[in-house]
Amino acid sequence: MTEIFGIPLQAFLSQILIGLVNGSFYAMLSLGLAVIFGLLNIVNFAHGTFYMMGAFGAWMLLTYAGLNYWWSLLLAPLAVGVAGILIERTMLRWLYSLDHLYGLLLTFGLALVIEGLYRQAYGVSGQPIDPPALLKGATNLGFMFLPNYRAWVVAASLVVCFATWYVIEKTRLGAYLRAGTENPGLTQAFGVNVPRMITLTYGFGVALAGLAGVLASGVIQVNPLMGSNIIITVFAVVVIGGMGSILGSILTGLGLGVIEGLTRVFYPEASAVVVFVIMALVLLVRPAGLFGKEK
Amino acid sequence: MNRKLISVLVAGALATAGATAFAQSKGKLSGDAVKIGVLTDMSGLYSDLGGQGSIIAAQMAIEDFGGKIFGKPITLVSADHQNKPEVGSTRVREWIDRDGVDMITDILNSGVGLAVAKVAGEKHRVAINVGAASTRLTNEDCNPYSIHYAYDTYSLANGTGKAIVKQGGDTWFFLTADYAFGHSLENDTSNVVKANGGKVLGAVRHPLNASDFSSFLLQAQASKAKIVGLANAGGDTINSIKAANEFGITKNQSLAGLLVFISDVHSLGLNTAQGMLLTTGFYWDLDEQTRKFGKRFFDRHKKMPTMIHAGVYSATTNYLKAVQAAGTDDPDAVIAELRKMKLDDFMMRHAQLRPDNVVAHDMYLAQVKKPSDSKYPWDYYTIKATIPAAEAFQPLATVNCSMLKK
Repeated sequence: MTEIFGIPLQAFLSQILIGLVNGSFYAMLSLGLAVIFGLLNIVNFAHGTFYMMGAFGAWMLLTYAGLNYWWSLLLAPLAVGVAGILIERTMLRWLYSLDHLYGLLLTFGLALVIEGLYRQAYGVSGQPIDPPALLKGATNLGFMFLPNYRAWVVAASLVVCFATWYVIEKTRLGAYLRAGTENPGLTQAFGVNVPRMITLTYGFGVALAGLAGVLASGVIQVNPLMGSNIIITVFAVVVIGGMGSILGSILTGLGLGVIEGLTRVFYPEASAVVVFVIMALVLLVRPAGLFGKEK
Repeated sequence: MNRKLISVLVAGALATAGATAFAQSKGKLSGDAVKIGVLTDMSGLYSDLGGQGSIIAAQMAIEDFGGKIFGKPITLVSADHQNKPEVGSTRVREWIDRDGVDMITDILNSGVGLAVAKVAGEKHRVAINVGAASTRLTNEDCNPYSIHYAYDTYSLANGTGKAIVKQGGDTWFFLTADYAFGHSLENDTSNVVKANGGKVLGAVRHPLNASDFSSFLLQAQASKAKIVGLANAGGDTINSIKAANEFGITKNQSLAGLLVFISDVHSLGLNTAQGMLLTTGFYWDLDEQTRKFGKRFFDRHKKMPTMIHAGVYSATTNYLKAVQAAGTDDPDAVIAELRKMKLDDFMMRHAQLRPDNVVAHDMYLAQVKKPSDSKYPWDYYTIKATIPAAEAFQPLATVNCSMLKK
């Protein structure tokens, strides 16, 4: 059998695919972070919490309202987005004129409080959600058994990520957004309602996290700690990709998922730190990140 | 010697004896109270195994004891060690030096457990470890003040490993949590598998609290081992089992959960967990006594007790009984009393504190029920066998503990 670095080609291919699945989550989460940082200049530490809320939203809709997965896919991110908008309107907007650090501290505190509330109510063992019938089972790809649900995760996240990228980089709406980022005062002078745009952007960013949470609910146990488990890695992804870079965060997310997956084969003990080692190296060589622009 | 002097001496001796007798009936307590400290994971991935439930269990034990000993109060303190050994040992030092805590219990997470055992040994204070599993606590790292209660990796490995190899599961691959507990569990199970004629094909070490298990499980799949042994616990075990089902690994291979708690089964649901063999030191639905405790605990915690919760109750009660019998909370006297005492209760059967500070007792081999066989809430296990205390724990001859003179 063909071997790559001492492991069979089949195993190698399947690990790359698994890496892509995990990378999809990183990409969706870091994309939301990048959008929020780009426009609001807020380092949104509560992002992992919104991801967790999305997953819990799916579980609650299923358990209390009897609504199936497809409804959750629509409603849970909406609810999370609304929660985000409320937080932006009532708390975050007072901090825009201050240093980044204040936004970071506020969102970090919010994350701890919300996570604590969920933990109090639901414990940490988590709640199971079965994937919908349509996505159950697995497909034999020859070199591996790929659960259909994971394939769906990759496809869905790629579509969402690139749609977001397209809207921001190629459409008129995106142009307003980018203009608002560059020079809010001047953009407002041209008649664009910048504060409303900021609010909606925050809502959209956290809704993306909520959507990632709904997607994750079919893969892992819905658990109050799931957000804080993933968020640190996602921040590392954003730093590597370059704060605020849309395409950078998507590509870095996918790429690091693959690298992390391969580390799990070659030296599993290091799989939890490999992303941070890369982050340190990138910061040494390119402090603005791989896709970031020096300001 | 004149009579007067003799009578004075006699009177003096009597008075001293009387005073001693009086003191014993009252008992001598340091700080005029008995303080119990529950050190546990309040917020992390093990907090459903111990956590708030352990505090409730200790509280129940104190209430059932009457809340007072020698007319002095029994108080309870608790802390979150965040699964960090340095946080745990710092807190225990504070408890001992500043707050006069007499006994520390739960202490789940083997990393924390080992650190706290060291502090207990250094400060000569009783630590009854219920939650941690590593056999290092009573081997290389044993000390006279640290007692290991309820279960350990040897008893888990011995129960589950032996049963599975006997059923024909003779090739193993391990998925191991990469810290003291996981290594200990993998090592003990490997020994049992080999001793019973099985083979270990490999192992993969995953970080504690890993986000995704599919990469590791694919490696387990590639090994073609009949049994994938899960040498992890809590949330890690739950997510491993979930991913194994998803990737169809359970079609050709079987999972052996080496440390599965009833809270894990509850969270997974019987659909996913059914058929799994596991070893436990306590099951609430074993008999009338366990049911009585289980239901009382459920009324307060809204969840049935895990083996750790029951263990914390049992350890606290036995500790208080030993203080009562010894007439003091002096650690050496209390431990000497625990060694003499009958420790049996609703949880512990044929229990005995051995010279290596393992509390040996009967363990149970259980199988998770099919959804159709589960008749009422929390009706999860069928007890397949009782493993007698003498066989369940590591034979004293093989224990590598400095307290055993060889």
